[in-house]
Amino acid sequence: MEEIRKNIDAIVVGAGPAGISAALAIRRGGKSVVVLERASNAGTKNMFGGAVYLNSIKSILPNSFQNAPYERFMAHHTYSFLNEKGSVNIKSSDYEDKTTATVMRPKFDAWLLEEAKKEGVFIAPKTLVKKLIFKNGAVVGVKTELEKYYAPIVILADGVNSLLAKEIGLKREYFPKDVVLSVKETLKLDKNILEERFHLQKGSNEGAMYEFFGGLSGFCKGDTKKKRTVVPFAIGFLYTFKDTISIGLGVSLEDLCEYKTKPYEILEKLKSHPDVKNLIEGAVESEYSAHLIPEGGYNNLPKLYANGVMVVGDAAGLINSAHFEGTNFAIESGKLAGETAVIALNLGNYRHNILKIYEDKLKKSFIFKDMKAYRNVVETIYKRKKSMLKYYPEKMGEFFELINHVDNIPKKQKFRGFIRKFFTERSIVELFRDFKAALKLFIDIIC
Amino acid sequence: MDIEKKLINVKYITDKTSHLILNQEICKVCEDKVCLNICPANVYKQCVSNENETEGTKNNDTIEVEYENCLECGACKIACPYGAIEWRYPSSGSGVIYKFS
Ligand SMILES: Cc1cc2nc3c(=O)[nH]c(=O)nc-3n(C[C@H](O)[C@H](O)[C@H](O)COP(=O)(O)OP(=O)(O)OC[C@H]3O[C@@H](n4cnc5c(N)ncnc54)[C@H](O)[C@@H]3O)c2cc1C
Ligand code: SF4
Ligand code: SF4
Repeated sequence: MEEIRKNIDAIVVGAGPAGISAALAIRRGGKSVVVLERASNAGTKNMFGGAVYLNSIKSILPNSFQNAPYERFMAHHTYSFLNEKGSVNIKSSDYEDKTTATVMRPKFDAWLLEEAKKEGVFIAPKTLVKKLIFKNGAVVGVKTELEKYYAPIVILADGVNSLLAKEIGLKREYFPKDVVLSVKETLKLDKNILEERFHLQKGSNEGAMYEFFGGLSGFCKGDTKKKRTVVPFAIGFLYTFKDTISIGLGVSLEDLCEYKTKPYEILEKLKSHPDVKNLIEGAVESEYSAHLIPEGGYNNLPKLYANGVMVVGDAAGLINSAHFEGTNFAIESGKLAGETAVIALNLGNYRHNILKIYEDKLKKSFIFKDMKAYRNVVETIYKRKKSMLKYYPEKMGEFFELINHVDNIPKKQKFRGFIRKFFTERSIVELFRDFKAALKLFIDIIC
Repeated sequence: MDIEKKLINVKYITDKTSHLILNQEICKVCEDKVCLNICPANVYKQCVSNENETEGTKNNDTIEVEYENCLECGACKIACPYGAIEWRYPSSGSGVIYKFS
């Protein structure tokens, strides 16, 4: 027999940052809310790079944000351009900036959830929502494996795959080009060795992160006949934790399909690059994980609300992957949807014309502003990937080789040779297209 | 590539039944079988049928699904060009359990 639960003001599906943030906002508006999460323990189904942003956490938990289970604060950020022989690195260090910190999702999500519980948010773990319940054209509840829950407001914070938003037609199924598949490994490394290797002050909570561009071309199982070098749209990352390192990459699902390449083979290629190899030397594999990132961006946003329902966080595709920003978008969108839920509950009107307030709030927030500014970034890099993820990283390497490699050839001759090669190895048309693409992105973002 | 070595480190509670249901009739005629490549946990394996080797139809193979290794990423349902995968989450509490993600 199904138990029927009533008298809840709002239901949130998913206990990730978006769901918890929404629930907190609803509670603070004096309403009751239950969060349903399919995992037995929050966070154990979730994976990210990754680092969270303290300003974002502070915005919903101003009194306790410092107590989150932070692993290391990112003092060093390196942009590493890989080529076949080595790399060129741009590193920025800031020892005082303590606003970006690595966390592990199982610990972090569980901490967020405990904070929410303290404020009276109900949590139902180990509860998979199977379907939404409709009445008179509005969502009025959810069906789990065992029970039905009813509430006038349902918030879908069920992550990138959001089966529920698709089921009710708020969102279409993705195409492979809309998503990036990421695979990651967590590697264990002695704390002292880790600190020494990444130039972190001994015994401190300083940390380092890397982004890797290039160095991953050459995969093409699909058509060995054509023997073309393919450049997968793949960007690598590395983060340091207390005594572990996460190394991973995101690769376009479209490219994986086309090049018939396995994602973990590209990860192994990244791990075998001499630079990366040195960074992870001696570290022991302790977990392997995979997750999708929605890349559709501003140009492909789903419908964010309908009668009785709103979609937040990854479920709504709210992310700026160019800067690894997702948790902050999840937290802010959850908060805005939660605030809208409170307005609707106070009015006793849960129709779409009231829930539109959520979208209006989003439009005014940094979320839409950033997503709009960055709307063409991923697509442009994808289109120009041969330049951005192969040609230029390689040329950067060659340029420094030219300077550093001392031989008896006059410098003038070497520089001229480099410039000549730069313009002959890639057609002027392609170079012009790269320039145009870069200029357009610059204008998009700045203007 | 030794994916098995990677998967050894992943913790799961195996569901009683598979949460991934394939329409094998479609798989048999699918040429590219992208699911065999893109899955980060190598869940899909080809099982070659030796009967009915009719000329011209080289694809008569069904797909074996090692659902207990699934990392629940959702890539396969997007990658399959024919919508042959009925994709659900494993039942509450089962499936992958990350510790250091
Ligand atoms: C490789 C990678 C690196 C990243 N790096 C960063 C980074 O460095 N910084 C950053 O800010 N962001 C990063 N992100 C993005 C960030 O992880 C996401 O944007 C963020 O987690 C989205 O939060 P969410 O709450 O919307 O969804 P999720 O965190 O995915 O939470 C969704 C929750 O819903 C649950 N759920 C799903 N369906 C159901 C259902 N039917 N019933 C019940 N429960 C359900 C899930 O179990 C899950 O707990 C990264 C992502 C990836 C994949
Ligand atoms: S699941 Fe899809 S991609 Fe895989 S064999 Fe079947 S039809 Fe082809
Ligand atoms: S959901 Fe991901 S891990 Fe599971 S079978 Fe599909 S592609 Fe493989």
